[in-house]
Amino acid sequence: MKITRIKVGAGSCGIAAGATEVVSFFKKEIKNIPVVEVGCIGHCYAEPLIEVETDKGSIFYEKVQPKKEHVDRILSLKEEGRFVIRPQRSEREKIKVLALAGRIDMTSIDEYLAHDGYVGLKKALEMKPADIVEEVKISGLRGRGGGGFPTGTKWSFLAAKTAPEKILICNADEGDPGAFMDRSLMESVPHQVLEGMLIAALATGATKLFIYCRAEYPLAIRNLKIAIEQIYEHGLNKLVTRTVEFRLKEGAGAFVCGEETAMINSLEGKRGTPRFRPPYPTDSGYHGYPTAINNVETFGNVPLILREGGKAFASVGTQGSKGTKLFALAGDVKYPGLAEVPMGVTIGDIVYEVGGAEKGSVKAVQIGGPSGGCIPADKFDAVVDYDSLKSLGAIMGSGGLIVIGQNRCMVETARYFLEFTARESCGKCTFCRIGTKRMLERLEKITHGKGTAEDVDFLADLGPKVIKGSLCGLGQTAPNPVLSTLRYFRHEYDAHTKDHKCPALQCNQLSDVKIHLDKCIKCGICVKTCAVKAISPEFVVDNTVCTRCNSCIEVCPKKTISRVEKGTGHYGKSGGKS
Amino acid sequence: MSHLSELLKKIETDRSNLIKALQAVQTDEGYISNEAIEAVAAHFTVSTVEVEGVVSFYAQFKRVKPGKYKISVCDGTACHIKGASLVAGWIAEDLGIKDGETDKEGLFSLETVACLGCCSLAPVISVNGKVFGNLDRKGLLKILKDYRKGGAA
Repeated sequence: MKITRIKVGAGSCGIAAGATEVVSFFKKEIKNIPVVEVGCIGHCYAEPLIEVETDKGSIFYEKVQPKKEHVDRILSLKEEGRFVIRPQRSEREKIKVLALAGRIDMTSIDEYLAHDGYVGLKKALEMKPADIVEEVKISGLRGRGGGGFPTGTKWSFLAAKTAPEKILICNADEGDPGAFMDRSLMESVPHQVLEGMLIAALATGATKLFIYCRAEYPLAIRNLKIAIEQIYEHGLNKLVTRTVEFRLKEGAGAFVCGEETAMINSLEGKRGTPRFRPPYPTDSGYHGYPTAINNVETFGNVPLILREGGKAFASVGTQGSKGTKLFALAGDVKYPGLAEVPMGVTIGDIVYEVGGAEKGSVKAVQIGGPSGGCIPADKFDAVVDYDSLKSLGAIMGSGGLIVIGQNRCMVETARYFLEFTARESCGKCTFCRIGTKRMLERLEKITHGKGTAEDVDFLADLGPKVIKGSLCGLGQTAPNPVLSTLRYFRHEYDAHTKDHKCPALQCNQLSDVKIHLDKCIKCGICVKTCAVKAISPEFVVDNTVCTRCNSCIEVCPKKTISRVEKGTGHYGKSGGKS
Repeated sequence: MSHLSELLKKIETDRSNLIKALQAVQTDEGYISNEAIEAVAAHFTVSTVEVEGVVSFYAQFKRVKPGKYKISVCDGTACHIKGASLVAGWIAEDLGIKDGETDKEGLFSLETVACLGCCSLAPVISVNGKVFGNLDRKGLLKILKDYRKGGAA
């Protein structure tokens, strides 16, 4: 076999795992074979990941380090260190939108063009705008940002308007903690997103094309900028009789700006608070001009629809949800990463087969981030579909999927999300501003072991009111994590309030730390590690001093230290029995 | 002052560019000083409260001068359930500063951020934009030590 090229996965996750050092080392060591940086193929757990292109196909290597022996291993195509995609995963996945992610040079338009890039745009240039809209309608594509509004219908609203300016915005303000689908797509194949925007501009007659990207994604911003320059150089922004321009705007760190009307305010240089709807943005948006906003992943789907036709696109998926969906899989799974699955697979398939979580080890998944809800493990036969997830009290959301293991507390999880939304509430609507705060206080009371049944009733009562009394998606969804955990994990709330116990032993105020002396080898590492000197020379933890920081549990070589139920640990200076 | 006006000169005075101007100041100076707020307000011919309102709305804008090394602790969902609050505690304990503070030497500043987007490496922190993942206490303290050495050198 002859090696033709070496590709290093250098998306944000790859870089965090050390890809930059690998690239420079390999470039220094290997002179006769090109070493290029590509995006992410979605297998984050195996980073830094290298793909060796040979005349007989590709071979992957995982966890590559900047070492001479790793270079030699790869150049001689040794078996050691090879990476193979697990069949359990590849059988469930259907890679369409991410087909080029991590496969081509992130910053090369030529490579994109060589892989059918801009074929969709070329086709669209030969079609009437109304026919493009129709094709997208046939495809059944729905907004991938969370709401699931039919994309073709949204475009038809904008296309119907006559105005001196029509605005198209790409929502790249991926603010859901735990979600990174859009980041990966923008970093790895920026041209695919931009091609989708150009097709949308053709279909709707949009004159200005904005991309609102969060500033926390420097690599995505860099790659988009490079791609936009390349589009200008190749004249791809000339749409029949007119030329359109891209404007890349960086967000400034406000979750609420992912909401479309708040985003418009932010683009105008204002505080990012939402506006009343109606008027809807397609009637009056950016500076009063008709405006349509689509998510990154939505635009990323559009070139495929034009290339293969709306009908072929719609052949994948369920009755109401067509195509594939990207999920950022993280939390308590063996193989976290980015997965692309056809609509209609079950949650269980994603968690157990793609993510490799062990059956029985998982309590629930949180789907859709802070706006979404949890789905308990016994409902994992639910399918990925906008409508079926909604009926379970969760939402498709943008595609963040956090797996929650048996050892996590659901009340604490709900509290965490509420803390996030309460902090990110822009303050415009009273129910969202104060309601989320009041809910958070009650949740803190419960996780601190001071809650009562009345607090739980209060949450169940206030939640729906916050939903009803809020103007935008943030407030309308903020209570979801609480309401869905109340629905499926009421017993955990009750354990906190009635028995003052945290079954998962995660809530600090409801657990003690204990060294199980029967297995302890008295090595003394824990004593040295403890910052508050809570561990005595006799290896007894004084729980009046202990801050429950977990440091000792983590360093213990014999795993003899654990959290135990409140009241069963030792209190006071040691010496005596624990 | 002259440095600020030099920076702002490159930005069009259309109000839509207000956030862009503040981002330029933030990147250049590391925070938004009172002087900067006045200069930006004058540049766009808006009142200082209006600028202050935008500054306080967005998490990216800081009103306190940061340290040489800016530590961001990710408290995204994945990092949170993998122990982000412990990580933040370890850092606070080692450096003696709380969230949003800068140490006395001006070497380190600490902030908690929503999500760095490297969820599969949770828990993560970033120091001046460089991300460190799969942290445990030992690894974290070594990172801080290395930076402290670098800062002293």
